[in-house]
Amino acid sequence: MKSINNTINLENLVYTKPSLMNSNITHYCPGCSHGVVHKLVAEVIANMNLEEQTIGIASVGCSVFIYNYIDIDWIGAAHGRAPAVATAVKRLNPNKMVFTYQGDGDLAAIGTAETIHACNRGENIVIIFINNAIYGMTGGQMAPTTILKMQTATCPYGRDISLNGYPLQISNILAQIEGTCLVSREAVFSTKTIKKSKKILCKAFKNAMSGKGTSIIEFISTCTSGWKMSPIQANKWMIKNMLPIYPLGVLKDK
Amino acid sequence: MIKTQGRIFIDIERCKGCGLCVLECPLKILVLDRKINTKSYEYVQITKPNECIGCANCGYVCPDNCITVYKIKNNMENFSI
Repeated sequence: MKSINNTINLENLVYTKPSLMNSNITHYCPGCSHGVVHKLVAEVIANMNLEEQTIGIASVGCSVFIYNYIDIDWIGAAHGRAPAVATAVKRLNPNKMVFTYQGDGDLAAIGTAETIHACNRGENIVIIFINNAIYGMTGGQMAPTTILKMQTATCPYGRDISLNGYPLQISNILAQIEGTCLVSREAVFSTKTIKKSKKILCKAFKNAMSGKGTSIIEFISTCTSGWKMSPIQANKWMIKNMLPIYPLGVLKDK
Repeated sequence: MIKTQGRIFIDIERCKGCGLCVLECPLKILVLDRKINTKSYEYVQITKPNECIGCANCGYVCPDNCITVYKIKNNMENFSI
C-alpha cells in the first residue's frame, strides 16, 4: 500500500482533467467528439496563460452549452452570427483573445456569409469548426457537409447529386481567401491526432494574439446519435468514409 | 530492472461507457463489463492494474474527463501493489 500512495502525487501525474474545465457532466452523447475538443481548447488556453483574457463565442448547436463546461468568458451568438459577434468583440478589445466555436450547420449553412466576410476582413480571431456532416442537435437532418450517399433524416435514400448537390468543402474555400493565415483540418479519433491538433490549435491562438489574421481549425467529428452508430463504429465509419473526402492536414499556413 | 508502473483512476459516475478508451488502450486491459453507474451507463473498468504502463492514451481520448493517470519509474525490487 505504501507504494500506491507514493505513486499518487503531483510529480507523477501524467494526465488529468484540464484545470479550466469544471466538474459539470457534459450533456453530449457518449463518445461525442465535442468532449475531446472542449478539453483541447481548455488545455491550450491554460497553457498559454490566457484564462483572464479569453472571450469565447458559443454558437447554436449542441455546443451552445459550452459555457457550462469551460470557465472563461462566453457570449452566445445568434445562429450563424458568431464570427460577426467575434469581430465586434475583438475590435473593441484588441488585447483579448477571441475565438468562436461552431458546428457545420452554424458555420457552413446559415452563417456562410458571416464566416466568409470575417475571414475576408482578416479579423484576428480563431474559428473552431466542428464538422460532423449532419445537423446533430435538431435530429440528424442533412447538412451542407453531408457526404454523398450518406443517409440522414431528410435524405433517407442517401444524398443525391442531382437533388442535393455536392458536400461543401468550406475549409478549402476559406483557404483561398487572403485574410486567413492558418487553415487546417484535424480529427480527434486517436491519441496521435489529438496531440497533433493541440499543436495546431496552439499556433492558431498565437496567430490571433499576434494579429496575423483569421485562423480556421476544422475538426472532423462523429455524431453517434445522428449517424445511429455506436461510438466505436462511428469512428471507424468516419475514418473510412469521411477522411477521403475531407483529408486531414494543413491547407494554408502563412 | 526499471519498470514503468502506471495507475489510472476512473470517475465511474462521469463515465458514459462510450468504449473509446477500451479501443485505444495498447495493452487491452480496460473493459466494459456489465457494471452500471447511477445513470445506468456501463462504465469502464481496469482488469489488470499491475500491467498499466501509464501511457495516458485512455485519458486523451476520453470525451468526459473521467480518467486521471499517474506514472512512476521504480525498481522492481521495492515496488509492489
